[in-house]
Amino acid sequence: MVAKKKSPQKKTLNGFAIQFIPYTEIKNLSSSERIKKILDLVFHNSILIIQGRLRPEEELRLTEDTMAMIGHVKNFKGIEIAIISPHENRSPMEKIKHTLATKLSGADLGAITIVGPVSVVKEIKQDPKKIELFLNK
Amino acid sequence: MVMESFKGFFKKVFSGVFKNKKDVKLGFYGPPNAGKTSLANRICKDFTGEEMGSVSKVPHETRHVQFKEKVEISYKGKTMMFKMIDTPGITTRVDYEEFLKYKVKKGDAKARAKEATQGIIESIKWLDDMDVVVVVLDSTENPYNQVNITIVGNLVARKIPVLVLANKSDLKKADIKGIQEAFPEYPVIGISAKYGKNLDEFYEHVFKLAKRVK
Repeated sequence: MVAKKKSPQKKTLNGFAIQFIPYTEIKNLSSSERIKKILDLVFHNSILIIQGRLRPEEELRLTEDTMAMIGHVKNFKGIEIAIISPHENRSPMEKIKHTLATKLSGADLGAITIVGPVSVVKEIKQDPKKIELFLNK
Repeated sequence: MVMESFKGFFKKVFSGVFKNKKDVKLGFYGPPNAGKTSLANRICKDFTGEEMGSVSKVPHETRHVQFKEKVEISYKGKTMMFKMIDTPGITTRVDYEEFLKYKVKKGDAKARAKEATQGIIESIKWLDDMDVVVVVLDSTENPYNQVNITIVGNLVARKIPVLVLANKSDLKKADIKGIQEAFPEYPVIGISAKYGKNLDEFYEHVFKLAKRVK
């Protein structure tokens, strides 16, 4: 008797896009508009790489709005988000410089924010120096 | 008889002086399954004899904000009155399929997920009402989770005193130093809510932070 050869399980990766958003694109948007823009793109399976970072209250609002949308948008189960800033362990002098630069530009332009839907992004592992993105198969 | 009258008199005067003092609203925040309810239960059990809520290995066991009023905590001869607020764990993802791994039925898992999302929104709404917040983290997990950073960042922006707890210090994989490195600007204490380890240091810090808001 010949053992039936097991066919390899087909695994497909959902289509997704990686989109870079320069800070200039969200600079003049209100908090609500920024969050709406992020979520609209995420709903369409885009992984966003955003120059800069949201304000703390915007990050929290993004979490709130994400929760509100789970169950309302088909197959949406949330987001993975990570922010990396090259100046995490700054000296006091560097902190002052950084605060001034942030105030002048209106944002922490040295930071990068990555946001993706959990249907595409399985996990984002983060430490102060790197971000590792694991995708769903 | 005279002593009794004196005692009664002083009690009346002092309770009158302090009755307007508000209880310190002590919030427990953090990601799901970090041990917020386990810690709140331990404190409540020690000082009131009653627990606050149920705990489970299944994430999002706490899906509504829970309170315990008038929890009088005594530490080294000092006492303070707290209103304890245990909150649902905050996360950016809720997938009912994760609950199925714990043998929760599909219908129950979906209902749990729905309640969990609403609980997270409720937790966030309550943030502004806190006097002192204890951020409870699982010391066996990577502390650089963006949700942890977002919670702490928002507390700082609201000028709410923060204490970071590295819970589950009894486990082999616990990395308290890692949490201290991730949050160098805040007091970080390693504890085990399950076994009541290092709670003295926790109370000491809570009293210090609570005095700032009194």
